[in-house]
Amino acid sequence: MPGIHEVQGEIERGPSLRKLGFDSKNLDFWDSGFVSFLIRVIRICGERDIEVTGEGLPEGAQRLIGLALAVPERREPGKDEKITPSLVLVTGGRVMKIWASLMETLTFVGETATAFLRLFGGKARFKGSDFLLVVQESGAGALPIVSLISLLVGLILAFVGSIQLRMFGAQIYIADLVAIAMARAMGAIMTGIIMAGRTGAAFAARIGTMQVNEEIDALKTAGIPPMEFLVLPRILALALMMPLLTLYADLMGILGGMIVGVGGFGIGLVEYFNETRKALTLANIWIGLFSSLIFGVLIAVAGCLRGMRCGRSASAVGDTTTSAVVTSIVSIIIATALITIGCDVLGI
Amino acid sequence: MKEPEAHIVVEDLTMAFGTNIVQQNLTFTINRGDIFIIMGGSGCGKSTLMRHLVGLHRPCKGRVLYDGISFWDGDEEERQRVLRHVGVMYQSGALWSSMTLAENIGLLLEEYMGVDTEKAREVASLKLALVGLAGFEDYYPSEISGGMKKRASIARAMALDPDILFLDEPSGGLDPISGRMLDDLILELRATLGTTIVVITHELASIFAIGTNSVFLDTDTKTMTASGDPKVLRATCENDTIQNFLTRGEGRVKQRAERNGVAACLDQRAKVGG
Ligand SMILES: Nc1ncnc2c1ncn2[C@@H]1O[C@H](COP(=O)(O)OP(=O)(O)O)[C@@H](O)[C@H]1O
Ligand SMILES: [Mg+2]
Repeated sequence: MPGIHEVQGEIERGPSLRKLGFDSKNLDFWDSGFVSFLIRVIRICGERDIEVTGEGLPEGAQRLIGLALAVPERREPGKDEKITPSLVLVTGGRVMKIWASLMETLTFVGETATAFLRLFGGKARFKGSDFLLVVQESGAGALPIVSLISLLVGLILAFVGSIQLRMFGAQIYIADLVAIAMARAMGAIMTGIIMAGRTGAAFAARIGTMQVNEEIDALKTAGIPPMEFLVLPRILALALMMPLLTLYADLMGILGGMIVGVGGFGIGLVEYFNETRKALTLANIWIGLFSSLIFGVLIAVAGCLRGMRCGRSASAVGDTTTSAVVTSIVSIIIATALITIGCDVLGI
Repeated sequence: MKEPEAHIVVEDLTMAFGTNIVQQNLTFTINRGDIFIIMGGSGCGKSTLMRHLVGLHRPCKGRVLYDGISFWDGDEEERQRVLRHVGVMYQSGALWSSMTLAENIGLLLEEYMGVDTEKAREVASLKLALVGLAGFEDYYPSEISGGMKKRASIARAMALDPDILFLDEPSGGLDPISGRMLDDLILELRATLGTTIVVITHELASIFAIGTNSVFLDTDTKTMTASGDPKVLRATCENDTIQNFLTRGEGRVKQRAERNGVAACLDQRAKVGG
């Protein structure tokens, strides 16, 4: 069988045709590929006012073609015209997109703030059971993985620190290093990243799926504001659980450091404990807890924002989840940087 | 019969997503106590029209009046006040998936009627029984079939005894008997509570059995091509598309492309340019 372009070329180049027929006497097998080829030939002929007769074709193929051509092809304006965009257009489009997403985020933050105001004014409502469920899922459910990760981070910190400290025979300062690093930053950051992947993604997927199923619309028309019903309990729950989990992560990290210090470098248990206590000032712990509170809010807002802005298809839910996790992690790192610089400036 | 009283008035409504216009220049009136049918081919914008009427999309042009008050010109609180008396059943059901059927309905009752959980459950049971789902109170939406979801969703839409009930393809995916039961339920609701009911449907039997008024949205011209009692439309309307729709293509106007005259059709298509 010739390719469609050959036929097209033949029709264009050859003497002006009036009529086109088919000869399929020697054809003993055909499939949909054959029919779609014929339809394209017929369309090409149609554009050039060439009459086509289907008589030479197998009976079944004729019928299928008839069915396929019974309804005219639908042409959406704007669906099939493909513009090759210039650099300016691409850049402009990107900027517009970034601008739109910035405005979207600001709107969402504004809506969240309004919802919180209504909550403090005693007007907002959500189900207490929802709040507790999120607390359970995001808090207790995350304990095993938080334990594992923080313990290992404590171990790693101790080992890495020991490389330098051992040269001066100052192994005992491993305790200080691990305690300060965990309490001040690492505990909160690691917990934040775990929660972003675990809970932030779950929020986005959950709310996104509700968006796809029109459940959010149903809430709206039932007069139940989704911002209050879905978003508030999630932000509150995560803002509550993040500091608690961080505190726990700090402990596990210090335990990890202790295992290395005591087991690997022969520091006495009591000695290590005392050194840790000296290093752990209240300021360090507060900074860590404050960061974790901020992270909790950031993760919950990112997850809920992406979920609420989800498109209406299954693939949109996937994109939403991805972007929720990416947004959370990036904002956690940026927030850490800002807090660290802020503390340095303030001299804490 | 007393004089019909306009309940919802749609004036010159145009709906679009970005630059893609879905329907334009829609003007019709839904009277109090009507069973108003929105019909038209798949994808012509029926659901979109409903979403405009219940406040989920702002029209690009035109107005929607509820009892003479412009819905979109008021503020959010005004809209909520109107929506308080509106029940909506979505095409996909849109039941809240984290709640059981009883909780789905009960949430609204607790929220608005201020009843306690026990009373809410009682009323929820009643509403479920009305749509033939007695005994399914503690099922989650994921545990019931598509047709049952539709019915549960109708029960939820009826929870607050709304003045206006919007039903988006309520009988799609239902067996003929359940479909018939649903029609009876709709007629009962209108007779007992005087509810205005707006139904989006393709079921011809149901359109003629319950419809008192209708609007036909055309896909090609992107506007409404007829409105009125569907039975009258079938008898008098001259428009080919509407006749074909109301008679499943078997009416006075024969489809030009007969199935067996394929070769002829094929030749003709080729001539007119594919
Ligand atoms: N969220 C959306 N964004 C863009 N286009 C949409 C959206 N929803 C629906 N449409 C378009 O609007 C048209 C009407 O859709 P719809 O109202 O669902 O049709 P139906 O009459 O079958 O209910 C469709 O052609 C669809 O492409
Ligand atoms: Mg629809």
